[in-house]
Amino acid sequence: MAALTPISRTPVSFYVPVVAAAGAVAGLFVGTAQGSSLIGILIGAILLGAIAFLLTQIIKAEAQGRWALTAVFAVAGFLMGGLAAGIIGLLFGWFFGWFTFWLFEGRYRAYVAPYLTPGQVLWHYTFRVICGAILIFLITPILVVMPLSFNAEDFFTFTPEMLRFDPAGYSLKHYEDFFTNSDWQGALANSVKIAPMATLLSVSFGTLAAIGLSQQHVPFRRAIMAILISPMIVPLIISAAGMYFFYSRIGLQGTYMGVVLAHAALGIPFVIITVTATLVGFDNSLTRAAANMGAGPVTTFFRVQMPLILPGVISGGLFAFITSFDEVVVVLFVGSAGQKTLPWQMFTGLREQISPTILAVATILVIVSIALLTVVELLRRRSERLRGMSPA
Amino acid sequence: MTDATQDSGPMMAADGTTLKSSLNRALRRQKLRALMLIAPLLIFVLVTFIAPIADMLFRSVENQIVSDTLPRTTTLLAEWEGDGGDLPAPEVFEALYTDVFIAQERKLHTRLGSRLNYELTGVSSLFRKSGRRVEDMGEVYQDQFEDLDSFWKDSENWNALMGSDDWFADQTAWDDKADTRQPAFELREGIEDLLPQTAATFEIFADFVQNEDEDNLAKEDPWALVYSALYNDLIQEPDVSGYAGPGSAELLEAMGAVGTFETVDYPAAFEKIDKDWHSIDVWQTIQTYSPDFTSGYFLNAVDMKKSPDGPEMRPDNEQIYIKLFIRTLFMSLVITGSCILLGYPVAWILANLPARTANLLMILVLLPFWTSLLVRTSAWKVMLQQQGVINDTLVWLGVVADDSRLALINNQTGTIIAMTHILLPFMILPLYSVMKTIPPSYLRAAKSLGATNWTAFWRVYFPQSVPGIGAGSILVFILSIGYYITPELVGGTTGTFISNRIAYHISSSLNWGLAAALGAILLAVVLGLYWAYDKIVGIDNVKLGG
Repeated sequence: MAALTPISRTPVSFYVPVVAAAGAVAGLFVGTAQGSSLIGILIGAILLGAIAFLLTQIIKAEAQGRWALTAVFAVAGFLMGGLAAGIIGLLFGWFFGWFTFWLFEGRYRAYVAPYLTPGQVLWHYTFRVICGAILIFLITPILVVMPLSFNAEDFFTFTPEMLRFDPAGYSLKHYEDFFTNSDWQGALANSVKIAPMATLLSVSFGTLAAIGLSQQHVPFRRAIMAILISPMIVPLIISAAGMYFFYSRIGLQGTYMGVVLAHAALGIPFVIITVTATLVGFDNSLTRAAANMGAGPVTTFFRVQMPLILPGVISGGLFAFITSFDEVVVVLFVGSAGQKTLPWQMFTGLREQISPTILAVATILVIVSIALLTVVELLRRRSERLRGMSPA
Repeated sequence: MTDATQDSGPMMAADGTTLKSSLNRALRRQKLRALMLIAPLLIFVLVTFIAPIADMLFRSVENQIVSDTLPRTTTLLAEWEGDGGDLPAPEVFEALYTDVFIAQERKLHTRLGSRLNYELTGVSSLFRKSGRRVEDMGEVYQDQFEDLDSFWKDSENWNALMGSDDWFADQTAWDDKADTRQPAFELREGIEDLLPQTAATFEIFADFVQNEDEDNLAKEDPWALVYSALYNDLIQEPDVSGYAGPGSAELLEAMGAVGTFETVDYPAAFEKIDKDWHSIDVWQTIQTYSPDFTSGYFLNAVDMKKSPDGPEMRPDNEQIYIKLFIRTLFMSLVITGSCILLGYPVAWILANLPARTANLLMILVLLPFWTSLLVRTSAWKVMLQQQGVINDTLVWLGVVADDSRLALINNQTGTIIAMTHILLPFMILPLYSVMKTIPPSYLRAAKSLGATNWTAFWRVYFPQSVPGIGAGSILVFILSIGYYITPELVGGTTGTFISNRIAYHISSSLNWGLAAALGAILLAVVLGLYWAYDKIVGIDNVKLGG
């Protein structure tokens, strides 16, 4: 983004108090952790105010000044509380160096419209900090689970060793447990057996139906669509209850087939939605052209239509796969001990608090979802490129 | 067009039919083809999904267990007026004896007991007790018949008397070690005219032994119930003189003797088992739940109960479901509200940042969206617990003392925090797609016309983003109202939803009817909201992953 506003240096009376205030906030945290919040605030404010003045008015060289500040803070932190505090100090040092010059040089005004009042500029940045906090809220649970899964103890919290970055505080034992424990391996095997089968069913039926639905003249289209989408709308507990009652009547309750059918039903709406969305951009004259050149409907489907809608089919299939792979409510009711899947095992583990192996499994699953997310995103871009739309 | 057809007759297609019918045929073929493509999936969904839902709705009103288990009692009881405060007639008690006797042989009486116990506490133990002791009543007659003549002790004699000669020969010849089927019992011709009640009871007995217990009928002594039936038949003094088959002499002898038999007073005998059998409440409950279909489960689900004077509220200390429904709705609203509060700024900044940065930040929204629900729930469980990451951080900072750590989990707070986090992407994504379509120049125009930041936002931007808020809110609300896993794991007892109660009734209390009724109410609420969603947003606009 190009700069919108010419910038100029700000007066000492502006940036020194602001940096001092920020220092007071930081001092509050450090001070509270060390025993006295009031002294922390005072020291923080005075120290950072002085540093801001020193850096800008006496040292004046930005790069060297900032490096020196970072180093000094890192060493101070290390002396106060070991490696972890050292790293926190390093971050503090880097931040305050950047913050001081950001204010001093007036850079904060560069990318906002020139006509904004100071109050509006303040709000602009406050708003971004709020958004940042919300985004961090969104991502924290995942960030907390990952390091905790390397815990050497059987605790669900960070041990002092972990906080000191002591290698003894970390281990792979929960991963080892996951790969050697027969309960977890059995659950993994069940998940791997059930999800692809359910995906196959929903993708093959779903793609055909989506092609049917995207034709020009379909009687009762809305009613049919409503029925096909309903597994996504009906709360899972109701689907689970209904399937439990009905499948026990017809002898499918507690069987592999029953779980596969149930999961396939749950995955169908995702296939329908993604494939119909792909078909919206499909040019029907292509099939007519193929027919014109003598291709039968089957050849046309496999050689012309299928390659073009394949990205949609694959991402629909991925959705269906992840639905089945993550599903726990329905399998709890429709399955029996023989169909215990990974999420089911996690659910029982969480309810009975057995072991932090759950965290290792969670980390592995996060990595799997990142991989799937990447695939879906790449497919979406490819499909948009193929259809001549520029990626958004 | 009309002019042209009038001038030159109907337009013709190449094959000589009129163009209109040719086009119609093509259209019909096209429709049929589309339907053929959809049909497999439609049938699949109907069987694997819609049928289970229909079954659940059926179960929420179905109540055949009472009339199936106590067929005779419920028929007779239909004419009884409970308001008068009189007990049912002695015939009803006799029918109850027959029904309970058969039910306890089939081991169905405890199931019926637990079914009726949902409506009136104590019925379960009443039926269990009666099942154990109902045999004593029949043994009064059994003993007298057997004392009269040892002929009545022997199962073979009974079979010869009640069964047809052919069947009796087959049954005696049948080897129960062999793999062949036991010859099915056949009634002796004319015996049901002679001894109607005995014949009917013996048939039930024979059917039970042969088909349900799969025992050898030749070796099973008849139930005590059969003796009571024989007594009832013989006291009517049927004309047995024409009968000359096996046991005719003994039958004649017994008929002469029954007049002097000690009889059973059924109402008194039942009172001896449990005095509750003389309580009007028990009989009213049985009568109220005799029909094959009942609204009882639905009334239960809204804290009401059936009474002879129509539905009435349950006593205050038994009311839980309305409270639970209100709590579910209230917590879903709070979750929706916090999602709007947190989602709106994020969606705004995503829609207004340059594409490259926005795409990068979008990953932070999509990653949790794609992460397994259980992973996120376990993360919150780890973070919120008393010795968890949040409490540890707060203690370290000195915000809370070590001995007064915050209770963030196993209560409503835990459920609200975790579910807000889990459902937040469902709010951000629809909001984002709506905000993306609002031109930023509108805001600038408003400001250049002198509006303050707030006025420009509130009068110009916000009204345009309302459809996004509506779509996101309904989506989040629908999802949260039926949530099960997260409340179950982080909700404790006070933070659970109606769905947890449904699961409890299915797997622990086994009150399937009530679970189905609660589910049906929840389903109705969700479908209503879904209908609203369709009106506001349209199903076709459901988007996945942005």
